Parts: sequence; structure tokens; C-alpha cells
Amino acid sequence: MIFSEGYQYEKRRPLGYAARLLRDLHLDGPLLAGLLAVSSLGLIVLYSASGKSPELFVQQLVRLGVALVALVIAAQFPPKILRAWAPWAYLIGLVLLTLVLLVGEIGKGAQRWLDVGILQFQPSEIMKLGVPMIGAWYLHDRRLPPNTGNLLALGVLILLPTVLIAQQPDLGTATLIASAGVFVVLLAGLRLRAIFLIGALAVSLAPVLWHFMHDYQRQRVLTFFDPESDPLGAGYHIIQSKIAIGSGGIFGKGWLNSSQAHLEFLPESQTDFIFAVLGEEFGLLGLLLILVLYLFVIGRGLFIAVQAQDTFSRLLAGSISLTFFVYVFVNVGMVTGILPVVGVPLPLVSYGGTSMVTLMAGFGILMSIHTHRKLLPT
Amino acid sequence: MASTLFVSNIRLKDHWSEQRLFVRRTIMASVLVTALMIFVVVRLTELQVLNYQHFTDLSQGNRIRIEPVPPTRGLIYDRNGILLAENLPAYQLEMTPEQVPDIEGTLARLEALGFIREQDEERIRSTLASQSLFKGVPLRFRLTEEEVARFAVRRPLFPGVDIRASLTRHYPYGPTAVHAIGYVGSISKEDQARLDPAAYAGTSHVGKIGLERTYEDALHGAAGVRQVLVNVQGRALSTLSGDAPRPGRNLILSLDLDMQLAAEAALEGRRGAIVAIDPRNGEVRVFASMPGYDPNAFGEGLSVQEFQDLQSDPDQPLFDRAMRGHYPPGSTIKPVIALAGLSYEVVDPERTIFCGGFYRLPDHTHRYRDWKREGHGRMNLHDAIVQSCDVYFYELALALDIDRMHDFAVQFGAGSPTGIDIMGEKPGVMPSRDWKRRAFSRREDQVWFPGETLITGIGQGFTLMTPLQVAHVTATLAARGQRFEPSLVSAIEDPLSGERIERQPRELEPVRGVDPAQWERVLGAMRDVVHGPRGTARAIASSEYEIAGKTGTAQVFTVPQEESYDAEEVEERLRDHALFIAFAPFEQPEIAIAVLVENGGSGSKTAAPVARQVLDSYFGSE
Repeated sequence: MIFSEGYQYEKRRPLGYAARLLRDLHLDGPLLAGLLAVSSLGLIVLYSASGKSPELFVQQLVRLGVALVALVIAAQFPPKILRAWAPWAYLIGLVLLTLVLLVGEIGKGAQRWLDVGILQFQPSEIMKLGVPMIGAWYLHDRRLPPNTGNLLALGVLILLPTVLIAQQPDLGTATLIASAGVFVVLLAGLRLRAIFLIGALAVSLAPVLWHFMHDYQRQRVLTFFDPESDPLGAGYHIIQSKIAIGSGGIFGKGWLNSSQAHLEFLPESQTDFIFAVLGEEFGLLGLLLILVLYLFVIGRGLFIAVQAQDTFSRLLAGSISLTFFVYVFVNVGMVTGILPVVGVPLPLVSYGGTSMVTLMAGFGILMSIHTHRKLLPT
Repeated sequence: MASTLFVSNIRLKDHWSEQRLFVRRTIMASVLVTALMIFVVVRLTELQVLNYQHFTDLSQGNRIRIEPVPPTRGLIYDRNGILLAENLPAYQLEMTPEQVPDIEGTLARLEALGFIREQDEERIRSTLASQSLFKGVPLRFRLTEEEVARFAVRRPLFPGVDIRASLTRHYPYGPTAVHAIGYVGSISKEDQARLDPAAYAGTSHVGKIGLERTYEDALHGAAGVRQVLVNVQGRALSTLSGDAPRPGRNLILSLDLDMQLAAEAALEGRRGAIVAIDPRNGEVRVFASMPGYDPNAFGEGLSVQEFQDLQSDPDQPLFDRAMRGHYPPGSTIKPVIALAGLSYEVVDPERTIFCGGFYRLPDHTHRYRDWKREGHGRMNLHDAIVQSCDVYFYELALALDIDRMHDFAVQFGAGSPTGIDIMGEKPGVMPSRDWKRRAFSRREDQVWFPGETLITGIGQGFTLMTPLQVAHVTATLAARGQRFEPSLVSAIEDPLSGERIERQPRELEPVRGVDPAQWERVLGAMRDVVHGPRGTARAIASSEYEIAGKTGTAQVFTVPQEESYDAEEVEERLRDHALFIAFAPFEQPEIAIAVLVENGGSGSKTAAPVARQVLDSYFGSE
């Protein structure tokens, strides 16, 4: 391939046609299998949640296709190139985020979308990869664990886009992006003492922030932490979603039999609350299956991170994998009522596309890291 | 060779330690991920295995609907506990959109049957578009019993549409004090923008104007919630659980219904306003603007035609004259100007001037006329107030000059809102040189002319005040310069606990620079306006209590120089406004009142008797 250099896999035994294709496309078989399994299960559930709508199904299939193309393209760039691009991706992302705030179109009541000719996209998507990339880039040739000065610089690099996105206001995405950056720092070997110190600092800052908030902002924060206090808004979702999951039992009501979703008691059943449909139709076993698949994908990602050969690759791979877990956990936590309601979709399963492309591109980077390893001369 | 090996050893060591550190952190992360996943699985087991039966019951056949329970709106009482605004049970037609198979068709059929009126359509559509599908949309308020019966027969044909008993706002005294109390109306798009959707879930009406609007937060309360079991058609079967709403708080007004009724009766058939204030604490006893309108109609929903009729009525019933009408105070400002003259020591109260019926500025030909064509003769300060001599006050104004008049009058609150607890009060104008520079954009308009100083001295020219402001100035006179912010609500009461929060009188910056003898001189002259043999309001003198007052007549249009004003000849709309201010009893004032009668002619003939009627109702009732 164009960018490949150095050694490839050592040929130990003749490869089959499929294995050769994977190798030539710089793809990782197990990870790809895991992703396809999750996506397929998602398509099956979506068909039911959408009330057997063939259009919706086809649309999601097309999105999945586009996302897979993004994955394959991302896999072609070796980590060295990605590292060289990291500052630029980050800078462009920052500029676009600022633009969104200045001239952004009003989409879904908040300024998130930028209109580029016929295409609309959210610059915050760039930052989902841009932030872990810049963190890994920054730490790549510095001594680890990072010293205080480096930590402060990293803090600024992470906070800048987070604050811009929070201004849009999109607190869900801002949290995800901040956590992607924080994972880089944690994986770089931040001392436990420092972790506790920063945690304590954040906790002690909260009352100060609270002091400066307006009453209505405080009310929002309270509702955020306790949705049941707002049973006509966010709490309604939770009550219905718990009924859907709970009534699924161990074996579920069977495919296409989710009464809660079909009678439209369960809102957002195709998007944020699709996990509840899965739980109602396929029961505890169905949910365990998808959780195991997610764990497999995350585990494979962390394995790739451990195997990576330079600091940049390691930190980036680790951060992407752990952020993927945060996606899953925040959505599942919300639907099962153990976390507050934030609009985070179930990755690779929920209907809706922009974030799927970014996710798959991230996994493409993981595959690139894994397949562009140089075999150390022994 | 050895040196390269050494360097590479260091690099290699460093690299390894970093790698080891990373692996350690990755293992920590994996443990955390696994722990959280186990937590999720435990939660799923709890939902799907332990509580399976519970959730299955909820899911099967009967389903849960969450309904908001609107709070009861707070009541409004007058100072003697008479109900001015209450809630009466009424039936309303409501639709829950998520349970209606064909919304358009349903609306069309309901309209054909006469259950939806044309004027409600826009409101229904805006509510439909803005709220969640599982929340009820009121289609029609206050169904008659016959309509309830007619719908009950057809109920099976309209899934998702139901009759609901609810409480609606009712004002037993109709138009009485409507400009103070205000009214409630359907929540509009603009209202939605400023209201908290959770608190107003299930509430269909909101305070639009007056106290209903100003005290909306206190009156409304907070919505409750109930979980209702519904069958497949969405009909409620039973209530499972819920939080009771917190009812709105009651308002106890300082308004005196008897006086208010007397005031409105005295103004019946006229346009005007009456405000009466207790000078000891600022409590408003009367707040009348006539003509009024029936606020009950707004709760039911006015048709476009009805609303237009109200708006285009030449008597402007919707217009709150008492605190939004700007009128020249006319001669009622004279006591204040007299006090200014004494305070700045520009006048010797015993010195007399000659009033020949007009005044001419030096080197000018324009005659500034006195209301009495033939003149008052020799006048001192006392006589000039009692007989309302304009020429005396022209000279006094000139001696004071405009800026000192302004500085003194603003101490009484002229030219700024009084701060009454109703939204939308107008500020009035107390002119000064500085004010004129700011108010006009063209340079030649910004110059202050001596003639403008003269007419300011008799409350004409640029000076504008609301009747509320005039009443506030009167109360300040009565209290010898002590000022209180006017207020209508004297207490707020929690209907559940009965706990009352009394409003404490809010004292404002008092009038300074007037010594007691000066107060007594001017206020004594005001008493002689009513009780003196030559007073302009001697006709209303009462033998039972002593009144101090001042008449005023405000020009609506300017009479040409060589003509005289003849009330009979002038068209009714161009006649002078009649004003009267008074306080009583003279020694220990309990009530201060301002009366304005639009195009009423003269203050002494029209406005003063009105004030007497209101004062009688106050002293008669004690």
C-alpha cells in the first residue's frame, strides 16, 4: 500500500484468500468480526423498534456501509502519518468549533451543525478523535509519567474543545470528549496521588461553581442528577424503559413483540432507548449477548493498545477503546435508570449516523496501529 | 560499539518502564470496565429476573400513563376577606394526542358537532405543536351541562378525547377593580417561552395582566403528578400513586371592596381613574380605572371579534388609566410648588402680588392667563392655593426656575414609577432643562424657554403624571413628606398551613428641606380649599370629618390667545380633564385620594364630588 513501510507480517504459513484480503487492507480480523456482530444485532433490533420500517432499515444499512468505508480508509494511514496530522486535525477542529459558535446553523435547537455546501456535519465529531490524538501526540516524545507542567498543558488542550462544545450547548458530547482526553492522561501513567488530587480539586470546585449559578441552572443540574424528580420529562422515559426491560424477563417476548415500543409508550425507541427494546424482545440473554460482544470489542482494542510499539499508538488505541466503553456504559446506565438521562446513543446500534462514522474511523485507526507494527529484528 | 550499546540500553530501559506502566494502567482500566459491566448485569438481573412479574403486570393489558395534576390557583381577597377571584368547577374537553388515531379527522368532526369553536383552533394547534404527545390538550373550556351530555353519548366515537372536571378562574365582581386584579387566559406561545414547562404541565391558564400576572409565581403553585392505569383505548382506570400538587398561595389585598365599588359607581358613565392610598403605609385602598371590562370572558377565550370590539372601543376599557394614563396634573401640583418656594426661600408667604387675570413675561407680548378672567386681586401664598390663582404660581415658578422645581418635585416621586406591585406602570414626566435636552433630538427643540417654566408652575406643559402618581404625591403631602411605596398586596397566605406573610410597609426616601411650619402653612391652605369660605372645593365640605384638598383642571388643548374657553361650546373629547386630590382627616390623615375625570370639565365641579363620595364610603364604614 502507499503508506506502508518496513516489515509486514512474517509469512509463516500460506494465507487463505480472506486472510490475504484482510492483510492487504490493513484490517484486524477479530475486531472487524466483533464490530460486524454488534452492528448486525443492532440492525435486527432496529427493524423491530422502527415498526418494521424497510426504509429505516435500508438507511441504517447505507450508513453502516459508509462507516465501514471510513474504517477501511482510516486503517490505511500508518500511525506515523496520523501522529504528524494530529496537531492539524486538532487545530482545524478548534477553528470549526469556533465557527459553529459564531455562524453555526441552528440544528435541533442548539448550534452544533456547520453547513458545508450540500453537506452538514458536526465539528465536534472531529474532536472525538482529535482530542485523544493531540494528547497522544503531545506525550509521544515526553518522559512518562508526565510532570506537572505537561499535565497543565494537556489540561488546556483538553479543556479548550470541551468548553467550546459545552457552549453549543452539548454537554453529552463535551463529557465524552473530555473523558477521551482524560483516558490518554490516565493511561500515560498519571500517578495515583495526582489522580486523587485532581479528583478532590474538582469536588471542591463544585460548590464554588454552584454559588455562581442562577436558580434555573441549579434546577437543571438537580434534574440532571435525579430524573425521577421530573416525572413528566426525563423521568417518563426512565419509567417506561424500566417496564420494557423488566417485562422482557430472561428469554424475552420474542423478536417484533416489544409491546412497549410498538404502542409507543417507550419514547425514542429507535435511538437512545433501543437497548430497552432489545431487552424486552430478547430478554436478559439478548442483553448479555450484546454486552459480551461490546466487551470483546473493547478487550480487543485494549489488547491492540498493549501490543502497540510507540507511545502515541499505545495512548491513542487505549483511549479510543475506553471511550467506546464510556459510550456503552452511559447509554446502558441511562436506559436502566442507574445514570442520569443524557442524549447518548447506543454505539453501532441506535438509529442515526454521524457518530457511527466517527466510531468506525476510530476502529480503523486501531486496526492501522495493529497492522502497521514493525516486527522487531531479533 | 560499547558506547552505542550503552545508549541503546538506556533507551530500551526507559521504553520498557513506560510500556510496563501502560500495561499496569490498562489492567486497572480493564478491571474497572469489568466491574462496571458486572454492575450493569446485576441491575439487569434485578429488573428482568427479580422484578419480572411486577413489570410484566405493568406492561400487560393495562398500562401506566403519567398525568400532571395542576395545582389550585391561589384566591384573591380584599382587605375584609371578601373573595375577588376564586376557582369554580367546570368541565373541559381534553384530547390526549398519543391516543388519537386520526387527529385531524377528530378535530374536524368535533368542530362539525360544535364542540370546538373556530376561535379556539389556533390555540389548540399551537399547544399540539409544542407539547409532548402524552400530555392532554384542552379543546374547549367550560362546557355547558347540555354539551357534557351530548359528548358523553358520543364518547366511544372519539378515542383519546375526554371530559375532564377542572377548576376555572372566576371573578365574582366582574369588572370591579379589573385593572388591579387583571385576569388569566390560555397559555400562549409567548407565555410558554417564559414559563417552566414542568411546573405548568396540566395548567391551561396563566395570569396575563395585573396582579394575576405580577404574582403569578405565588398564585400558581406547583404541579403534582399521578400514575394512572389506562386501558388500551387510553381511558383512565385507576390512579396508582402520585405526588399531590402544591396549591398556589392566596393574596390578601389592601384594596377595600366597598370603597372600590363606591369609586366605580361615582365614575359610572365617565372615563377616569381613582386611586386612594393610606398615607401611613402606602397601602392602596382604591384602584379604579373606568370604564372596565369583564375579566371572566378572557378565561373562557374571547373570539377575535369580541377582542377587537374591546380594543377599538373609543372609551378604551382595556386601558389602565390609573397607572398607565399620562395626564397633566394641573393645579393639583400647586401645593408641591408652594412648598418648593418655601423650602428654597424664594417666597415670603405673607407678601402679596396683584393678580389681574393674566401674566406677561418681561419683554414679551404673550399673555399667560389665569383661569379666572377678571383676576383674583391681591393674593398671598395661602389665598393663591385656596383660590388656585395661576398668576401667583407663574411668578413663583419664575422665581424658582425650572430646575429647582424639578429637583423638589422629584422628591415626591414625580416623573418616576411609584413602584406599585403591578407590572406595566408608566413613569410620567417631570421636566427640567436636562430632561428636555435628552427628550428631543433636534437642537432647536432642546432649548428651554421661560414660558415653559411658567406653565410648569401650574402643572401644565410637559408635566405628565399618572393618577397613581398623583395619589402618591397626595399621600406624601398628607404624611408631611414621609413616603411609602404603594402596594396592593398586603399579605400572602399559604392555604395549607394558613401561614401568612405580611408585607411590611416599604419606606422611600422622604422629602427633605421643609420645616414643620412650612408644611402646616401649605396643608392648612389645602384644608381651606375645602373648608374655607372662598375655597375652590368648598361645596364638598363635610361636617363629620375635615378634608384637605386641591382642585385641578388640566388643559387638553390650547385656547387661542384672544378667545376664551367655554366648556359648553367645546366638543366633549376636547374638554379639560377634571382633577381633585384630597386627604382626610386633616389632623391624622388615614386616606389620600386622587380623582381624574377625563374631559370632566372643572376639578371643583366634577372631580371633587366624586372624591367626597369615596371618602364618605370610607368614613361611613368605620
